[in-house]
Amino acid sequence: MIDFLNAVVALSNFVLVPAIAYGSQLALGALGVTLIYGILRFSNFAHGDTMAAGAMFTIFVTWWMQSMGISLGPLPTALLALPFGILGCMALVLFTDRFVYRFYRQQKAKPVILVIVSMGVMFIMNGLVRFAIGPGEQRFADGERFIVNAREFKAWSGLREGLAIKTSQGITVITAVIVVALLFWFLNRTRTGKSMRAYSDNEDLALLSGINPERVVMYTWLIVAALATTAGVLYGLDKSFKAFTYFQLLLPIFASAIVGGLGSPIGAITGGFVIAFSEITITYAWKKVLTYLVPENLEPDSLVQLLSTDYKFAVSFVILLIVLLFKPTGLFAGKAV
Amino acid sequence: MTLPLKNIGLFAVMGLLLLYTGMSESWNTALGLVNMCLISAIMALGVNLQWGFAGLFNVGVMGFVALGGLAAVLVSHAPVGEAWRAGGFGVIVALLTGAATIVLATMIMKRKAHSRARTLAMLTVLLGGFLLFRALFDPSVLAIESVNPAATGFLGGLGLPIMLSWPVGGLLAAGAAWVIGKTALGLRSDYLAIATLGIAEITIAILKNEDWLTRGVKNVAGLERPVPYEVDLQNSPAFVERASWLGIDAVEASTLFVKANYSVLFAAVLVVLLVMAQLALKSPWGRMLRAIRDNEVAAEAMGKDVTARHLQVFILGSAICGLAGAMMTTLDGQLIPGTYQPLRFTFLVWVMVIVGGSGNNFGAVLGGFLIWFLWIQVEPLGHWLMSWITAGMADGNALKEHLLESAAHMRLLTMGLVLLLVLRFSPRGLIPEK
Repeated sequence: MIDFLNAVVALSNFVLVPAIAYGSQLALGALGVTLIYGILRFSNFAHGDTMAAGAMFTIFVTWWMQSMGISLGPLPTALLALPFGILGCMALVLFTDRFVYRFYRQQKAKPVILVIVSMGVMFIMNGLVRFAIGPGEQRFADGERFIVNAREFKAWSGLREGLAIKTSQGITVITAVIVVALLFWFLNRTRTGKSMRAYSDNEDLALLSGINPERVVMYTWLIVAALATTAGVLYGLDKSFKAFTYFQLLLPIFASAIVGGLGSPIGAITGGFVIAFSEITITYAWKKVLTYLVPENLEPDSLVQLLSTDYKFAVSFVILLIVLLFKPTGLFAGKAV
Repeated sequence: MTLPLKNIGLFAVMGLLLLYTGMSESWNTALGLVNMCLISAIMALGVNLQWGFAGLFNVGVMGFVALGGLAAVLVSHAPVGEAWRAGGFGVIVALLTGAATIVLATMIMKRKAHSRARTLAMLTVLLGGFLLFRALFDPSVLAIESVNPAATGFLGGLGLPIMLSWPVGGLLAAGAAWVIGKTALGLRSDYLAIATLGIAEITIAILKNEDWLTRGVKNVAGLERPVPYEVDLQNSPAFVERASWLGIDAVEASTLFVKANYSVLFAAVLVVLLVMAQLALKSPWGRMLRAIRDNEVAAEAMGKDVTARHLQVFILGSAICGLAGAMMTTLDGQLIPGTYQPLRFTFLVWVMVIVGGSGNNFGAVLGGFLIWFLWIQVEPLGHWLMSWITAGMADGNALKEHLLESAAHMRLLTMGLVLLLVLRFSPRGLIPEK
């Protein structure tokens, strides 16, 4: 029995908790991608760098707050700075939309042209972030590091395995739940949210019923900026902020959005967790958990790791491919433009 | 193949830019630039074949380029006999087992009717095959990697002339493209983009982690060269005499000579590819591709095999990228998997194609030259600009120091700006498709 509990704790510590936090971050990122795909009808390659830009604004405000002695006690100051970061990111994406994307929208350019345009935006945002904050690792997390400390947990439970939950992981999950609840309330209950969904379902019909497309697009960008900044800051708190890691998040984020079905918000969340759990379970060395579960003579002598952690891209990619081959529109029927 | 006056002018301007670099900085810099410009132009030709001719959205250029680099190592590096004896056989058997598993699983999927039993059988085969593969593979890899890890620790290559790796790199990339194309080409354009982006990342992950094959992040340096070494030239009396006759220092003359040799080799490849691409563009095959690109449904109704043509052109374009990758590794003389960055090897090539003019081979070549030139020259320009902006500020000012330090990141900004400006004001590029 104790062995079983030890196994459960080890599993939670190394797989469940990190996967839930990572999944929430991916889900928030994928929601942004999916919203842009649904409303503006293109795959936004600049999304990773939008996240980086939003996180960068937040970091600047955090640093300023830290220097002024403002803090949230045990919680990271970044949470207090987040609204300002979101405002900065909103200004940035609205500026981009006004001076870059709007022209192509009026031209009714093909989606693939917009994707190439977003590549240009990606370059510029990436350059701006590196220019403003530098390419190195930036520290901005403060406050209490752990909610549950491994050593204290061991002392409390008397188990051999410790359970550690980082503050950033707890905050990630709570924030993600709040943000997603707000988003769904907005999309399903408010007038603007409904007009957004109508526009996403059928553009012509929406236009006929008097929905102003520019307004819908503007709200989409505002929501995307909020989602991207939140995702970027949470990821930065949990791992660390480096300008280029956000670019690498593009692949798992897109995989999440596509696996769930592009254009479907529920799909984006599901996809985020599917990708996160499979990445972590497949690259985790199961030896520790198995040692507790199987009889002693059957104990594995290898690490029982299916793939080395460096292949986590491969995992999200293979899942993406499997879903696309068997269910081309994703788990929750997305749309195809 | 006549070029209108404007295009000749554009190429002339490009030539003048390079000449100016030679005169104001040094001829070594200029020739180094020319070499990378030539390679970039070849990559741009490959992407142009896929995007410009056929409208395929491939953002996995980096993967194919890296495969070319791998080919350079596998062909030219001397074989490590001891490592082969330690685990070469085991690795090959393991790889064959892996391949057999995949073939078997595909056969089960194709032959049997859709049922739960089929899925179960396929999963069993895949899982069993994977475990067997790991059981055979891991000990051999361990054995290979423990053979003198500081110097080798990998299987090495075939020890053949490195020039041979150029076509081999093309073939390797073509093989990978075939596998990718078979699975992903049926997908919609953005899905294909994500799929190729993923494959490129996986390729780099393999190069970084499979130490038995590539030494991973320990890098492979000192690859053989198709051209003479500078030191040998400096020790050759005939060369020194000729250099002094030209009035150039022997050391400088030797570096220039080596670079010029590379330039001639690369230019020859570029010209051959350009002629071939140009002929392809004008052939019935090229017209068919453009017809498919412009209206897939109509082309299919006319009886054209769209999927087969897409696969064909995807393989051809990728092979050209692989060839360019092998050439680049030859020029560098080393394979450093950590240097493959998607921004530099995928998206920059896309900027080249779009700026040069997609659908036009000369446009792609011009784009390759111009964008590579900018990519390199923007950095000194950024420094110059920053020191000009900050000239009025006091020394030691935090903002001034930050600006001067960040000037290096100007290049990404500039590339994005160039791409957006071209897309906005001249969406068909500098040399538009006819």
